[in-house]
Amino acid sequence: MKVVLPFIAVVVLALLALVGVTMAHQVQFFFGVIVPYVAVAVFILGFIYRVLQWGKSPVPFCIPTTCGQQKTLPWIKHDKLENPATTLQVVGRMLLEVLFFRSLFRNLKTEMKEGKIVYGSEKLLWLAGLVFHWTFLFIFVRHFRFFFQEVPSVLRMMEGVDSFFQVGAPLFYMTDAVILGAITFLLFRRVYLPQIRYISLAADFFPLFLILGIALSGILMRYIFKVHIVAVKQFAMGLVSLSPIIPQGIGAIFYVHLFLICALLIYFPFSKLMHMGGVFLSPTRNMANDSRMVRHINPWNYPVHVHTYEEYEDDFREKMKKAGLPVEKE
Amino acid sequence: MKIDYTPPQTENWMDKPVEMKQGNFCWGAKGKNLAAVEFPNARDWSPVEENWKLPQDWEGTVLEAMADRLSKYRSFKVFMDICVRCGACADKCHFFIGGGDPKNMPVLRAELMRSVYRKYFTNSGKYLGKLAGARELDLGVLKEWWYYFYQCTECRRCSVFCPYGIDTAEITMMAREFTNLLGLNTDWISGPVANCYMKGNHLGLEPHAIMNSVEGMIDDIETITGIRINPSFNRKGAEILFVTPSGDLFADPGTFTCMGYMMLFHELGIDYTWSTYASEGGNFGLFTSNEMAKRLNSKIYAEAKRLGVKYIIGGECGHMWRVLNQYMDTWNGPADFMEVPKSPITGTVFDNAASTKMIHVTEFTADLIKNGKLKLDPTRNDDLVVTYHDSCNTARGMGLLEEPRYIINNVCNKFHEMPDNTIREQTFCCGSGTGLNASENMELRMRGGLARANAVKHVVEKHGVNTLANVCAIDRATLSASMDYWVPGTRVAGVHELVANALIMTGEKERETNLRGEPLPGKGGNE
Repeated sequence: MKVVLPFIAVVVLALLALVGVTMAHQVQFFFGVIVPYVAVAVFILGFIYRVLQWGKSPVPFCIPTTCGQQKTLPWIKHDKLENPATTLQVVGRMLLEVLFFRSLFRNLKTEMKEGKIVYGSEKLLWLAGLVFHWTFLFIFVRHFRFFFQEVPSVLRMMEGVDSFFQVGAPLFYMTDAVILGAITFLLFRRVYLPQIRYISLAADFFPLFLILGIALSGILMRYIFKVHIVAVKQFAMGLVSLSPIIPQGIGAIFYVHLFLICALLIYFPFSKLMHMGGVFLSPTRNMANDSRMVRHINPWNYPVHVHTYEEYEDDFREKMKKAGLPVEKE
Repeated sequence: MKIDYTPPQTENWMDKPVEMKQGNFCWGAKGKNLAAVEFPNARDWSPVEENWKLPQDWEGTVLEAMADRLSKYRSFKVFMDICVRCGACADKCHFFIGGGDPKNMPVLRAELMRSVYRKYFTNSGKYLGKLAGARELDLGVLKEWWYYFYQCTECRRCSVFCPYGIDTAEITMMAREFTNLLGLNTDWISGPVANCYMKGNHLGLEPHAIMNSVEGMIDDIETITGIRINPSFNRKGAEILFVTPSGDLFADPGTFTCMGYMMLFHELGIDYTWSTYASEGGNFGLFTSNEMAKRLNSKIYAEAKRLGVKYIIGGECGHMWRVLNQYMDTWNGPADFMEVPKSPITGTVFDNAASTKMIHVTEFTADLIKNGKLKLDPTRNDDLVVTYHDSCNTARGMGLLEEPRYIINNVCNKFHEMPDNTIREQTFCCGSGTGLNASENMELRMRGGLARANAVKHVVEKHGVNTLANVCAIDRATLSASMDYWVPGTRVAGVHELVANALIMTGEKERETNLRGEPLPGKGGNE
């Protein structure tokens, strides 16, 4: 169920777009103009809303997970990146985390072999995850050529790198293959590894199928169905210049691609995909381990009922005196 | 031993109701101990009985508390939302490694809570229900929470591997807050909490009992060294207040560590005092609720202020140092009535404790050794082949990694590390932290201790290690038990026991035995 339903959902979404664009002009306008604008708005506003919601809750305690030597005596080497003591060091730690998935890089495989527990290196998840995210970003940025009249040289350069092998017409992008491989791996392990299958929810499969659908529809329209590229650019320029037009003859597959992207944008703020924003707010990573040096303030710290020394002495005064302990009140 | 790591073939873990297995949970709290600290629903109860004697509308109480904590803890809120269930944490938990119960995978332990969060605090959960991984809070869920959140030692090993730093300890702490609102604590936690609140320490040692215990240790020290030391208690005007977990005062091998502190401080001639009021460094309140932890912790600063000390030295303990490093100053500070700790012997100023005014005894001792202020004869420890167990909390909630190692390397000649994946920030829990060191849950404790024991066994076989050093009072008690079970013949020793063995004291007689009364190498004809 949790695998099949999300798959069906994505197929239905794709069919919806496919059927929609063959219908009246108003429906095309809906899929080509209304939905993209709504999606972008939902994404941006939703993302901001979620981050603000998280931000509304304070961070009462300084709780970094320390993964290296603390800053202590001057002759003991302080591990600045794994146990940061200053804001700059925290920035370093966060950069490693966000850009290179530092923590996931530690991943191990724990196994029982002949009655012994052994720890094997397990970098595949890290590699697939990193490749997937970087490729996604690369492809996303690459698409910006549709939104500029004059394509900036940076984007041209990226395209050049991506189609380095100069095969096929249109030129084959390496990232297209890489992202398909990475998504397939991530999907495969969710289904194949019993532990991961057990913990997975429909909400874990849906984004994978959705992104797979986006990648596949993109690849199909570039290499197989070969949509009308000039029209696509006209369309994209129309959207960004807020004077949307629906050029004729782009090809239905383009609308499938676009609609799935819109679905992703709309789904994003309400889903686990918000880990994109959340990782920056994770107190175990974004705080300096300096709570002995500087007092961390809890905004809702409140007085509590304590058992005072005076009460303690009242309870034990005779015993204390007998034992020769000094007392406040004789 | 065979452990099956493959989860059942059921489609959804929610379909499998909790099965509470004897040996894997602790007895319920006693009413009198809950009442002593003014906790709600104080009554005797038993987890094995069908009726948990819950208060009226307990669901409402929990959900209200959940909403409250979501608004107070960004960690809780973010960690409820951003898990992608990548599974990197799954096989990092010592309870999962030693038991194979899929709900001991950190991700699933957290999902036990997230599923309820989704139902009541997210739209997808509200409308899509089970499909969105949401479920209603009912008695079965509550029992499942209780069973599994008292099977987590808040060791934070999973959070080291999580790409978003999701810390199961934060979620377990919340679950324990909620269960405590319903009077669902364990006897092994609530007893020490009540003791500590009323009597100053977990063990419930009254002032004269503390002094008797110390007296006994002083006699032993005199027998071994010929030196009579004379520590002071509750003395106003001392420069330093010394606070250590009460376990060090009570039972072997903690008492040997305690003798070690006292011998060291005596030899240095420093001006320090013990307190019978603040006679507990540890804090079982941390395993109960944030408020309870703060209430117990308040005694340390209160006593430092009353006695007028300049700063505090803390003994060897694990979770105690998570509290002292990450919570104490926030709860009960500012400690502006004290001074930045400065070693009276070396003059070193401990700027890393500039605000809390509290340093770890291994920081203090490492500085002494580095400055050549101690006369040491490491050959007295030559019968010991030592490895070092990092406590979860000093490793992952502080980063105290090198100080103890530096000391051990200066007081022992034979030291070998356990495998990299089992030490430092990747260290394994002893299996019995967060108040799980009872006896009725021994199966759980031994299973949880397997990962640590397995690494010890590795160095026992490879290097002939016979001593497991550590800086934690709970370790000293619990690792002794798990070593006896998994790696018999391995002794468990605090770092300052090893220090005191090697410490050449002014005016001491020729030592014949170590602190345990065993002949020193070359002295007893056992060579």
